[in-house]
Amino acid sequence: MDLRDAWEIRESVNRRKVSAAEVVEAALARIEAADPVLRAFLTVEPERVRARASETDAVLVRGNGSLPLAGVPVAVKDNICTRGVRTTCGSKMLFNYTPPYSATVIERLERAGAIVLGKTNCDEFAMGSSTENSAFQVTRNPYDLDRVPGGSSGGSAVAVAAGMAALALGSETGGSVRQPASFCNVLGLKPTYGRLSRYGLVAFASSLDNVAPLANSARDLAVFLSVIAGRDWHDSTSAPAPVPDYVAEINQPVRGMRVGVPREFFGEGLDPQVKKIIDAGIRNAVALGCEVSDVSLPHTQYAIADYYIIAPAEASSNLARYDAVRYGYRTPNPRDLSDMYRRSRGEGFGSEVKRRVMIGTYALSSGYYEAYYARAMKVRTLIRQDYDRAFEKVEALLTPVSPTPPFKIGERIEDPLAMYLSDIYTVTANLAGIPALSLPCGFTPDGLPVGLQILGNQFQESTVLRLASAYMQACPVSAPPLKV
Amino acid sequence: MRAEGIVMEFEPVIGLEVHAQLLTNSKLFCGCSTRFGAPPNSNTCPVCLGLPGALPALNRKAVTLAVRSALALGCAVNPTSIFARKNYFYPDLPKGYQISQYDRPLGQHGRVEVCSGERTAAGQIVNRRKKIFRITRLHMEEDAGKSLHEGLPDSDRKSYVDLNRSGVPLAEIVSEPDFRSSQEAYDYLTHLRKTLLYLGVCDGNMEEGSLRCDANVSVRPKGSDAFGTKVEIKNLNSFRFVQRALDYEIERQARVLAEGGRIYQETRLWDEVKESTFPMRSKEEAHDYRYFPEPDLLPLKLQPAWIEEMERTLPELPHAREERFVTEYDLSHEDAMLLTSIPAVADYFEECARNSGNPRAAANWAVGDLTYALKASGKEIEESPVSARELGVLIRTIDSGEISGKIAKTVFEEMFRSGEGSAPVIRRLGLVQISDEPALLGVIEKVKAANPRQLADYRSGKDKLFGYFVGQVMKETQGQANPKVLNELLQKALRE
Ligand SMILES: [Zn+2]
Repeated sequence: MDLRDAWEIRESVNRRKVSAAEVVEAALARIEAADPVLRAFLTVEPERVRARASETDAVLVRGNGSLPLAGVPVAVKDNICTRGVRTTCGSKMLFNYTPPYSATVIERLERAGAIVLGKTNCDEFAMGSSTENSAFQVTRNPYDLDRVPGGSSGGSAVAVAAGMAALALGSETGGSVRQPASFCNVLGLKPTYGRLSRYGLVAFASSLDNVAPLANSARDLAVFLSVIAGRDWHDSTSAPAPVPDYVAEINQPVRGMRVGVPREFFGEGLDPQVKKIIDAGIRNAVALGCEVSDVSLPHTQYAIADYYIIAPAEASSNLARYDAVRYGYRTPNPRDLSDMYRRSRGEGFGSEVKRRVMIGTYALSSGYYEAYYARAMKVRTLIRQDYDRAFEKVEALLTPVSPTPPFKIGERIEDPLAMYLSDIYTVTANLAGIPALSLPCGFTPDGLPVGLQILGNQFQESTVLRLASAYMQACPVSAPPLKV
Repeated sequence: MRAEGIVMEFEPVIGLEVHAQLLTNSKLFCGCSTRFGAPPNSNTCPVCLGLPGALPALNRKAVTLAVRSALALGCAVNPTSIFARKNYFYPDLPKGYQISQYDRPLGQHGRVEVCSGERTAAGQIVNRRKKIFRITRLHMEEDAGKSLHEGLPDSDRKSYVDLNRSGVPLAEIVSEPDFRSSQEAYDYLTHLRKTLLYLGVCDGNMEEGSLRCDANVSVRPKGSDAFGTKVEIKNLNSFRFVQRALDYEIERQARVLAEGGRIYQETRLWDEVKESTFPMRSKEEAHDYRYFPEPDLLPLKLQPAWIEEMERTLPELPHAREERFVTEYDLSHEDAMLLTSIPAVADYFEECARNSGNPRAAANWAVGDLTYALKASGKEIEESPVSARELGVLIRTIDSGEISGKIAKTVFEEMFRSGEGSAPVIRRLGLVQISDEPALLGVIEKVKAANPRQLADYRSGKDKLFGYFVGQVMKETQGQANPKVLNELLQKALRE
């Protein structure tokens, strides 16, 4: 059974060729074999998984019907709430936290017959680009065990890349699904802001956060997205826009599609090996019949600075609730209330989280608000307007995902600025709120994966998925064997 | 110099911030109940507990109530208002921030016309005048929970937090610093409370915390236009405390300034036992709230047509009703104010006035015997055993001369006790007034025969004895003689 094909699994389960119970046994076996090395999962509860699978089988037999994700095993990033299953956000602060409710996307997945396999490792509170900021473990890249899988959704990317799960949920604030997808040779989609409910996604930066799916094919992403997208009254920022049948839409032809290449994404800092692979990818798009043209997004140069004001500012407020009063880590024997706050937060949070909370607190402080946060919101508008103008001319944009291939574990952890620059090609989509996808594009001569990014206009997930689907059918990447 | 004298040289400048709990069944951003008195932390959910990943969803009913309040207070309602986060750490604030409104509140630029004046010792208003007080803003926000530091067996070691209140919808109403005396502040608060009760947006219960008030006060030399340094006073649990705390604080500030000292900007708490204010520890108030727009909620957009409809459908407000009572029913300002203080009382009065055809009598009964009986039995007017209709009937019975005013009091008491109408009570107790002349003459003759000496004295010029004969007849008739008829008959009969 190929656990990397969700579509095939659901077809087999719906036709009763295989049971959900058998699928999860295969997945649990694969996890048992591969995860001690890859360390993608933080929590797997086999008995709970088996029970869920049997329930799903019973539902299918009783109803004599089919479900859109029948028996499909899904890995879930550990910052998405799962009722009764520990949800740590990769933080010591929540090492013992078990939510009493499930995120809306989890509810929808389970209703569609999917089985949540377990919770995956991530950078603490999704802050990072390598998954090294987890308080618990280091996750390894399945194509080079000395290298990072990207982050912050590194565990989820590894789970689908290594065939431990058919699908995975990650989250995106500035590229946290696209960059690990690129590093692990899988597909990752950051949908339009508001396309997916954020209810139950532990907040990092509310105006930038998205739940984001990962898969091994455009078709799998399409069916996945169809199941979890749509308005949720729990999340006021979720959009009422109707959810199209993405699976039907991806089969539309791409010939004649107008595609732009923004020149600002190919400047200094782009690794020549990556550039070579992306250039080849753009030529492939031409070969597919796309009308490729040069476009400009002039405010791109401000994106990283802009992002690193807005995201920490919102984070400083969102993370205030971890005060050791109601749940989570509490320092032993605090002297008084203020000592409890200081020491619990000082001991419970890792250094990257503390750095961002401090940057954000400063940016919102009286006397600095106008100069930082208010100004950053204005720049954000300019960035969005760049995209509005570009999408008057083209339907999609092609760019690199990451300026470099996967880097070595430990290589950048002491250099936050270098780490922040990993996000240079991804943060603009979060600032503009548009859909963006990373798909496998090639491997460097050293055998490291490189992803190609497709950006689309607001709520045009169909366009992005259609181009990805056509591209992958026409130009499949031949991957070297996994290390595990 | 005596305190009075010092105070006379300064003019106080007062502003008020009122928090009114909006009368919704569920909280501002989740479906939890707002019911008071539930077991601690039972009315909670992931949203109002501030659990990771939970998000707010705005309660439309709360918006409606806040908009109606803003309109009734003369505010302009912003077609787009914005929620903002007010960030600070406190154990009863589960998210580490309160969702409030900052830059663009729901309503702004309001004004209310309030009848104000000094009170005599008896509570009579003298020097009555109308004053305009401006309202800076009305915004919506969520309440915090409650910290319990006392009253539990292990309170010496532990504090507890009850989050039932967390997320309860509030309207914060901020006035301009327009009050120049504690009496004006009191009159404004009374007016505000009345208005909110009329709108049905707040139950006005200060003990349960559904209406709370903080005051800002400074003093300046009389005639000066500059503002002095203001002091905020908190922990004011009734309007009377507001007034007392302001009086105390005005005198304190005036004395400090008169002695050449200076006032520090600070927050002080009212101590109702010591009847004084004392400074809050300054550490607790050194906040930079780091306001920023709440990214989890979209800007609140209201259709102008809907706002207009809300304005059109506002009920008659207490001030207008009070004025109408004075002109339409010829009542005194004091009575009109008393009768309009609670909408249900005003409704009762109007129904009773209609049924009796005698508004002044209806007013007297409503503010007199009825209020007294309700208080004594601990009942609200809605539960009154004597309906407005029945009280009207009773008043008509008096006016027709069927019973005397004195007997009516007995009838009313019995109606209130038994819940019966006036007619059956009068019949049952045999209290119908005797107006029948032959019957009364019979009694008079009997009294005359029994009191020959008094009769002789009266006839020889002792006019005062007339009252004695009235009393004797009343005694014989158990008080049921029609006084008017008896008077006429007795005048004649005693001369014969
Ligand atoms: Zn709640």
